[in-house]
Amino acid sequence: MKLDINDAVLEVEASGDMPLLWVLRDLLQLSGTKYGCGMAQCGACTVHLDGHPVRACVTPVSSIGTRKVTTIEGLSPDGSHPVQRAWAEADVVQCGYCQSGQIMTAVALLQKKPQPTDSDIDAALSGNICRCGTYVRVREAIHLASRLQRGAK
Amino acid sequence: MTGSRRDFLASAATGTAGLVISFHVPNLVRAAPRAAAPPLPSPNAFLRIAGDGSVTVMLAHSEMGQGIWTGLAMLIAEELDCDWSKVRCEHAPAAPVYGHPAMGMQMTGGSSSTRGEFDRYRTVGAMAKELLLRAAATRWKTTPSKLTAANGVIKFGDKTLTYGELAAAAMELPAPETVQLKEPKEWKLIGTTVRRLDTPEKITGKAQFGLDVAFPGLRTAVVLRPPAFGAKLVSFDAADALKVPGVEKVVPTANGVAVVARHFWAAKLGRDALRAEWSSPEAGGASTEKLLAEFRELARGDGATVVDTGNVKGALDQAASRCEAWYEVPYLAHATMEPLNCTVKIDGDRCEIWTGTQFQTVDQGVAAHILGTTPDKVTIHTTFLGGGFGRRANPASDFVSEAVIVARAAGVPVKVVWTREDDMRGGYYRPAYVHRVRVGLDRAGLPQAWHHVVVGQSILGGTAFEKFAVHNGIDETSVEGIADSPYLADTKSKHVSLHSPKTPITVLWWRSVGHTHTAFAVESMIDELAHAAGQDPLAYRLALLKGKPRFARALGTAASRAGWGTPAPAGRARGLAVHEAFGSIVAEVAEVSVEGGRITVHAVTAVVDCGTAVNPLGIEAQVQGSIAFGLTAALHGKLTVEGGKVVESNFHDYPVLRMSEMPRISVHVLPSDGKMGGIGEPATAPIAPAVANAVFALTRQRLRTLPLRLAKEA
Repeated sequence: MKLDINDAVLEVEASGDMPLLWVLRDLLQLSGTKYGCGMAQCGACTVHLDGHPVRACVTPVSSIGTRKVTTIEGLSPDGSHPVQRAWAEADVVQCGYCQSGQIMTAVALLQKKPQPTDSDIDAALSGNICRCGTYVRVREAIHLASRLQRGAK
Repeated sequence: MTGSRRDFLASAATGTAGLVISFHVPNLVRAAPRAAAPPLPSPNAFLRIAGDGSVTVMLAHSEMGQGIWTGLAMLIAEELDCDWSKVRCEHAPAAPVYGHPAMGMQMTGGSSSTRGEFDRYRTVGAMAKELLLRAAATRWKTTPSKLTAANGVIKFGDKTLTYGELAAAAMELPAPETVQLKEPKEWKLIGTTVRRLDTPEKITGKAQFGLDVAFPGLRTAVVLRPPAFGAKLVSFDAADALKVPGVEKVVPTANGVAVVARHFWAAKLGRDALRAEWSSPEAGGASTEKLLAEFRELARGDGATVVDTGNVKGALDQAASRCEAWYEVPYLAHATMEPLNCTVKIDGDRCEIWTGTQFQTVDQGVAAHILGTTPDKVTIHTTFLGGGFGRRANPASDFVSEAVIVARAAGVPVKVVWTREDDMRGGYYRPAYVHRVRVGLDRAGLPQAWHHVVVGQSILGGTAFEKFAVHNGIDETSVEGIADSPYLADTKSKHVSLHSPKTPITVLWWRSVGHTHTAFAVESMIDELAHAAGQDPLAYRLALLKGKPRFARALGTAASRAGWGTPAPAGRARGLAVHEAFGSIVAEVAEVSVEGGRITVHAVTAVVDCGTAVNPLGIEAQVQGSIAFGLTAALHGKLTVEGGKVVESNFHDYPVLRMSEMPRISVHVLPSDGKMGGIGEPATAPIAPAVANAVFALTRQRLRTLPLRLAKEA
């Protein structure tokens, strides 16, 4: 089947019930999207389908169709997306494992709400678990990214 | 040290170790040899300077979030006076030269990396700088003392050479025999706010974790493990598993079955299709409910003596008043975000291992033992760790030894991937503990007699570390933080004893280890005593801490920054705690509310005295993260075993702290000339008692069991 991933059309051979997560990781070597729970509990596998955040671990590849998949690798070639720049400035990461998912969720939030409040952030990001406890800086970084995005416009 | 490490390697695999220095960190730091100065490290092993001036620091420890990828590099860069923007890090391979300066073996734990490497990494930087100066002096036919070095450039009058231009010549020179380290007042980097060096790869998805290892020919395995503690594999039928497209092999492990496939999804479906028969565990299998009942019975009598001073029985009998309380904590899973995994490639008598491990030397030794080869033939590639918290430092080397067995049986390179459920149910938990505490008070309400019995499994008993860290039946990790509590410094009659029952449930250290429960028991009891004496919890504590100025300063600072003594916002109350762990003192004040039986922690004020603070930005992150980790235990964490089987399986039934529950956290690092402590763990322990004490202040319900549960809806 053909998949539109990070603005490229890629051909993969996979059974339809294979979750998008494992297609990305094991068949396409896009390993920035992480496995954390396999049941849409932790958000480590968050990618965008036509700009909306979804959990790749419970998304059968057959359900994608022509929708555009964006992964952390497709966000920017060099970490220059405003959310990534804010993440660096706020020194958010610790072990880093959940951060692709946190960033993809934050990007989607800012698309919907360019100036989110703390409670908007809490609501949008509560599906993304971080065991290192980077939550305080995730909040800071999202506010900072909001300013960067508005300043850039 | 080299000899003892080799002994350890040889014997770790067989279960009897030969480490000369005991493992437990606080003792180790004390036991580190002082008499003879250690030989200077080899700078080439720790540092590479390339022609372009880039500086690569080899890390003897594993980056698992705690920030040594930045902090240890800062130590070298401080003395090297290089251009910080050109510094990068790599994990060192497993090799004797990278042994922990205090522990011999190569490992990461005990909040010991920065303080343990403080001298060695600075020395390496100073040696390299000295070599660069000598190389420049030779080039210019002068003496090093006439040269200056800064920001990666050496100057002689108006002439300059970069470190990159001098690197090749410098590394050919014999290493200096002595070097002079900078005085603290000369530091330019240490003590400043430095952002992480591993951010670029971690915000772009490029960072390689163990689970991301990929190379041509690598297969993925998912393993069927015993469904219950004590169950043994009787038989299995692989026919249906082998029918799953992509499944290539099904091979037995030591006590399980591995399905080897072209990718994870096929391996997982193959495992789902396996049929296996297991023996029933003895006596119906372990039950945490029954175990805790047994622990409570044991707590009625004294255990192995940790401390017994004065006349506790007499002092309790004669006390003006007495207070007794029982505290309990459950088993806990580490639940690292990256589930366990390990990749193994065997080639003749050589073996390569890629994994996120905290225990390179143990894993290397165990792999060599399994394969009948020597440790030097086993190469360990340490990837980034998607969280460690102690789980990836296993004396039993479970996830590595299993992968070696699977790769050998499969005859192909294999990455063994644990599902979240495998990880949650795979054992090696923070043990459950019961504390029974009886205190005799004088007329002023101060403790004159403290009788404290702890019951819970030994983490180190039965491991290769037992003979070094378990003395007279006492595993210090079970009781650390009680007898040495600063509150008890003037209590003349003290009894602390320990029962260490054996159970089929496997256990392991968990971020801040024994302090996770001892701080809860001691700080809750102190709070109970303050209320029993009718005193303000802060004033009562400060009275006990008169001879402990570092504790008093940390607690007093936290209290005043949190507004202690002023009314909390409507519907909220504050609680406090202070505790020392891994050489650092952390005081925390929690501000909580209760609604519909649910505890909300709104704000935490933390004050840290960790001695020299290398990177305050990293310290703040570790304190925030430790509080989140401790709050998971305070509010949610509970692992249950019934009939030998772990009940919980994933984040839906083993909840962990989420963004919406994360309090505002203010962290203040005290300027301190105290001995340097660790920072990866110490802030974990005080949060549970701080929250419980706040809940009491608000509701008058004293919660003595974690996770905290209100008796009725408040």
